[in-house]
Amino acid sequence: MNMINDPREHLVVIGNGMAGMRTVEELLKLENANRFRITVFGAEPHVNYNRIMLSSVLAGDKSVDEIVINSREWYDENGITLVTSDAITKINRGDKTVTSASGLTVHYDRLLIATGSRPLAPPIPGLSLPGVCAFRDIADVDKMLAAAKTHKRAVVIGGGLLGLEAAWGLKQRGMSVALVHLMPTLMERQLDAAAGQMLQRDLDRRGIAFFTDGQTEEITGTEHAEGVQLADGRFVPADLVVLAIGIRPNIDLAKQAQLEVNRGIVVTDDMRTSDPEIFAVGECVEHRGNVFGLVAPIWDQAKVCAARLAGDEEALFVSKALATSLKITGVDVFSAGALMAADEADDEITLRDDSRGLYKKIVLRDGRLVGAVLYGDVADGQWYLQMMRDKEDVSALRERLVFGRAFAEAGSGKPATPDFAAMPDDTQICGCNGVCKGTIVSTIQAKKLSSLSEVRAHTKASASCGQCTGQVEALLAFAAGGAVKANKKTVCDCTDYSHDEVRQGILAQKLKTMDAVREAFGWKKKEGCHKCRPALNYYLICAWPGEYRDDSQSRFVNERVHANIQKDGTYSVVPRMWGGLTTPAELHAIASVAEKFNIPTVKVTGGQRIDLLGVKKEDLPGVWNDLGKAGMVSGHAYAKGLRTVKTCVGSEWCRFGTQDSTGLGVKLEKMCWGSWTPHKVKFAVSGCPRNCAEATIKDMGVVCVEAGYDILVGGNGGVDVRVTDPLVRVATEEEVLEYAGAFMQLYREEAHYLERTAPWIARVGIDYVKKRLVEDAQGRAALHARFLRSQLFAQVDPWTERAMGKDAHEFATLPAIEAV
Amino acid sequence: MSSNWKNIGPLSNIPLRGARRLCLKHEGRPVAVFRTGENEIFALLDECPHKKGPLSEGIVSGKTVTCPLHSWVIGLEDGKAQEPDEGTTQPLSVKLVDGDIYIHLPEAVGAAA
Repeated sequence: MNMINDPREHLVVIGNGMAGMRTVEELLKLENANRFRITVFGAEPHVNYNRIMLSSVLAGDKSVDEIVINSREWYDENGITLVTSDAITKINRGDKTVTSASGLTVHYDRLLIATGSRPLAPPIPGLSLPGVCAFRDIADVDKMLAAAKTHKRAVVIGGGLLGLEAAWGLKQRGMSVALVHLMPTLMERQLDAAAGQMLQRDLDRRGIAFFTDGQTEEITGTEHAEGVQLADGRFVPADLVVLAIGIRPNIDLAKQAQLEVNRGIVVTDDMRTSDPEIFAVGECVEHRGNVFGLVAPIWDQAKVCAARLAGDEEALFVSKALATSLKITGVDVFSAGALMAADEADDEITLRDDSRGLYKKIVLRDGRLVGAVLYGDVADGQWYLQMMRDKEDVSALRERLVFGRAFAEAGSGKPATPDFAAMPDDTQICGCNGVCKGTIVSTIQAKKLSSLSEVRAHTKASASCGQCTGQVEALLAFAAGGAVKANKKTVCDCTDYSHDEVRQGILAQKLKTMDAVREAFGWKKKEGCHKCRPALNYYLICAWPGEYRDDSQSRFVNERVHANIQKDGTYSVVPRMWGGLTTPAELHAIASVAEKFNIPTVKVTGGQRIDLLGVKKEDLPGVWNDLGKAGMVSGHAYAKGLRTVKTCVGSEWCRFGTQDSTGLGVKLEKMCWGSWTPHKVKFAVSGCPRNCAEATIKDMGVVCVEAGYDILVGGNGGVDVRVTDPLVRVATEEEVLEYAGAFMQLYREEAHYLERTAPWIARVGIDYVKKRLVEDAQGRAALHARFLRSQLFAQVDPWTERAMGKDAHEFATLPAIEAV
Repeated sequence: MSSNWKNIGPLSNIPLRGARRLCLKHEGRPVAVFRTGENEIFALLDECPHKKGPLSEGIVSGKTVTCPLHSWVIGLEDGKAQEPDEGTTQPLSVKLVDGDIYIHLPEAVGAAA
């Protein structure tokens, strides 16, 4: 081995897996890490990867590269000698050496055993046939993927976490999948029977066939696996059999070295084995009678082990209550602690809603929460887990506890702001990008971040839907303390000027092109960036209607191709239905289009129209052409502009209706469609205060009353639900239309790009909006007039234009010209 | 001219500060050709290093393109993601000859769209 003259102590790690390397990573973070030179032996040919994510690789959600934790460069940079494809076969405690399969013998001062676990393999005949594999490492996944390409039928044996994820992955890869499980219900160690049955029902609907109460007798076949024979006579044919019935700690080496072993390698609270120079972590260990299969306690072990290696004599490993979740898209399962009452002194409280697929059960013992099983909605899982860990008395919350955090705390007067210090590191903050509290805090501290945009850039937290922005800001304040900068909000990093300053400059200096704006304000990048280009393009459209020419290259793809890009690269098409009204002819046309273009999903939207989902890009002009022939135009479902005007049937049909809400909705939509706005805009008109059109959570809502029309503004039904502020009550439809146009124009002229009406009004105040629209009749009329003028240029149906050939390059790939 | 250089038509086929995806693929993977505001051309695999987003649908600014899925900014010259993101998408050779764009595809497996 190299570095033989290195005088430092030698730490040898057996096992290049998650537990061993996490311990090394933790060690490297410590000041004393330098006392060791480190050698790592791995039996697999790969660098260190995230084994938990193998199911995502199988399902095609991630590539092998994406689950690598540490690259070879990382080992080099940290001076770690990595020996792959060479398993240690012997530990010689007498002379403190280890010997590898290839015959390499190295001396150690400290030894870390992290040999993990092996798949459980009961003595079933046929296990060694080709076409039978476990689900443990990359080689297994490769086998399964190869089988999925050439074969059709897979059988997974084992209905626990691992088996279900394997079954789902193979299903995603196009195989027909059956799952054999010994017990009557799935995941019986984590779920009670009710939740297990709901899980089975959901997966059954997704096309996995279940054989529960199924004891495998034999895997049949001569040259290759052909099927699974169950003891009760049932037979399941298979080309691929995946054995996933469990794991057992890999203790062979330790046993042979005469370390104390039981089910696993026995360790004390300091992660030492019975030999004080030899440590062990991960799935191979047994601590106070427990063995481990989930990652959270193993991370804790790694931390303790690293501290001990570095000389800390205080660090102790404590087993905490654990939670389980299942990585199957769209199936939400959470389980922690006791699954059911252990005796009559325990209480079970259950909430079950079969039609919505919801199930919640909590188990109480002596006034404390000791178990929770959640199915369908797992949002409160971490909250329950924390209560279990804190062992706090929850008697006062007893009646409300099962309904979840929001309800329980609303009733208790306890503030809902999270306690970050107590929050576990693995609590997910950003659901879109899967970023946990621990990652955010450690990145803020390591990179000395001091603003939200930096946190977004480095961690991706709150960089997608933005729902968690408030939490991330609060975490930033928590983690960075006083170091948070109160940054001026500029348009983007290309400029030091704010949105308002740029907008005023555009008007005052009569700047009419993006180049002119960037030059006048000394933009740092000549062509701007993806943030400022769409903003400037909108500000110029708004400021100079009819003069400024829209730059499609400065628009996000949805607005450029006038359809919503979906996650698989197809598009959705939503034709306008004025006020939610349609006709038999339109419905015929939609049906014909869906059939002609093989559109897989047709859905009624929340905005009272019909969404055609899964349209191929090259089919878009054809789809629009056919819809256009039936008189339909773009619903702008992709646009920062007017989306829908939702209505109820109103006085024409409804016995409660006070005015013609449908008719008014159609008039509003006809007036406002096609306009570009800072963000999307939704209207609604309800025919009476029963408010069936949900007007009180729209950007502008109208609620009809006997005396006229109540106009409400600034509502939002999205992430942060905000109820509208009342603006004014008027007597006639004409007044409603004038207010609507004026409100649209005020929002268009004064809100920042990407600011919905709700945060805009929250920023400027409803009193300001009233001052401009209600108290200033002349100003209102002028705003309304400016809106109508801009609509002269905006109300062009983009679909008709594109069906006629405009921007054809957007909808076709570029062909090669035949070789000359 | 080597047969590995494929003529993909005139520069004007690609919008200024825009991109197109090709019918041709490179080793089975999609290819995007970009035209900057300065009329330079570049080609990259049409897969963001992050989640394989279609870079040809992104906004082109200077010599960068922003992925439409999660706004990673990718350099057109070297295919590298701008910091703090890390990753590279493979750049491919392109050249302009007599106003036509040629792209170098070593083992071009033609797939007519």
